[in-house]
Amino acid sequence: MAKVNVVINGRPISVAAGSSVAAALALAGVTATRRSITGAARAPVCGIGVCYECRVTINGQAHRLSCQVACAEGMQVVTDAAL
Amino acid sequence: MQRFEIVVVGAGPAGIAAAVSAAESGAQVCVLDAGAAPGGQIWRGGAERHSRTAARWATRLRQGQQISVQQNTQVVAPLAAGELLVERPDGPQSIGYDRLILATGARELLLPFPGWTLPGVTGVGGLQALIKGGVPIKGRRVVVAGSGPLLLAVAAGLRRSGAEVRLIAEQSDWARLLAFGAQLPLDPARLLQALRLRATLGRTAYRAGCWVEQAHGAEQLEAVTLRHGAQRWREPCEQLACGFGLVPNSELAATLGCAINAGAVVVDYAQQTSVSGILAAGEVAGIAGVEAALAEGAIAGYIAAGRPAQAQPLLARRAAARRFARRLEHTFALRAELRQLASAQTIVCRCEDVHYAALAEHPSWRSAKIHTRCGMGPCQGRICGAATSVLFGWTPESIRPPVAPVALATLITTSSAHSINLEEHV
Ligand SMILES: Cc1cc2nc3c(=O)[nH]c(=O)nc-3n(C[C@H](O)[C@H](O)[C@H](O)COP(=O)(O)OP(=O)(O)OC[C@H]3O[C@@H](n4cnc5c(N)ncnc54)[C@H](O)[C@@H]3O)c2cc1C
Repeated sequence: MAKVNVVINGRPISVAAGSSVAAALALAGVTATRRSITGAARAPVCGIGVCYECRVTINGQAHRLSCQVACAEGMQVVTDAAL
Repeated sequence: MQRFEIVVVGAGPAGIAAAVSAAESGAQVCVLDAGAAPGGQIWRGGAERHSRTAARWATRLRQGQQISVQQNTQVVAPLAAGELLVERPDGPQSIGYDRLILATGARELLLPFPGWTLPGVTGVGGLQALIKGGVPIKGRRVVVAGSGPLLLAVAAGLRRSGAEVRLIAEQSDWARLLAFGAQLPLDPARLLQALRLRATLGRTAYRAGCWVEQAHGAEQLEAVTLRHGAQRWREPCEQLACGFGLVPNSELAATLGCAINAGAVVVDYAQQTSVSGILAAGEVAGIAGVEAALAEGAIAGYIAAGRPAQAQPLLARRAAARRFARRLEHTFALRAELRQLASAQTIVCRCEDVHYAALAEHPSWRSAKIHTRCGMGPCQGRICGAATSVLFGWTPESIRPPVAPVALATLITTSSAHSINLEEHV
């Protein structure tokens, strides 16, 4: 199966082509995508780009929806939880 | 600006059927869809890979000579009359139309209970969608809860993906389910579907009159407390899929001025909304499943293309699908206990971390929004608005464009047409 390489919170991981960024995060063992305004860990909920709980920083662009964006070669993903 | 005779928003079953029917009637059609491939929720990830029906529709869409299908394109706001502002990965653009068909579908109804914000708790269709995106589920213990036929379909999919489905907890009770089930054998297609589900689900426990009261864990889900009559127990699991049915995505229709009733866009027999030249089809006009979405989409497509005679034969199919949907709605009506699950400290608005007690003192959505910021975060009340309408009977009001958080460049384009409060939406 074709693979793509992405970097999650500084650590490289190789995932099946077509995987969402949310999938790459889960495969990398990152369970939280963001911290809520009171500091609680949050993760993807609706799966369809509506709830905004899955937002992460992709290639320096904040607030991207990890459940909707497909992994691309060399993509840099950073979660709030890692900050 | 690109301009088309007919623009369809949404490429789920309803939008696909609308586009194909309109184009095959000779109209110039453009389909705008936020997703990466046509298919919407039920045919997620490309319609070809699903049923034969799905593949047939996908082929007609692809082969349509006069159809421009634009994926990764979110419609964010109406501009002037007959013009929409869309956002694409490469920036904003405006699209003009003579007639508009809204087929924006539905999202899940998620209700708050203690612990529902923990990582590991998702919607039911939500978990299914995440797995289709590649989220690993093999070997994980999952509780599937909430209400409706989606619980069974998703649990079967979870089993096939190697998850350990611990329990399916349906909040509706056996009396209602049996009354409904007793009528199923009348319809061979649905009976077959039910039998297939049973075969996949095998001995998976299914409890009716059962619901999740609480989710436990520190930074991640570890267990749920289930309630079944007087019985209450703790079920260890890594994943809880919990959803209580669907709510129409009617925000864009509302910003266009279309009348909304009980959350759904109001349409007449010809799928026309209260605004001339704007039609609506599929779940945005009422939750009725894929068959209704296909019939409504085709009717809307033919009407918009000026071929009402072609729509005629589809009316009976639409009526049957809607009758079935009404029975489903009755069968899976939500029990009162679900409104009492949130404690004072349970977060209701996930974007702004507004808890139940802070909301309960307000008389309306508007008042709560002004004083607590409930519904003012990036989801723009899509999750908490639907939840508070169940919890408190509130109706979200005064939808303002844009209907989704947008890049600043896009916003500046809209601001020149409308006067938008920048602070509130960025
Ligand atoms: C998460 C989820 C999973 C589901 N899974 C199943 C299932 O497995 N089986 C089943 O029978 N039913 C399922 N359903 C029910 C499903 O909604 C219907 O069966 C069917 O897909 C409805 O078709 P539709 O065309 O009305 O809407 P949808 O299929 O919802 O399609 C709407 C489309 O419009 C797009 N859209 C919405 N707003 C905009 C906008 N502003 N700009 C651009 N595009 C937009 C969406 O991205 C989507 O592609 C699911 C529902 C949800 C919410």
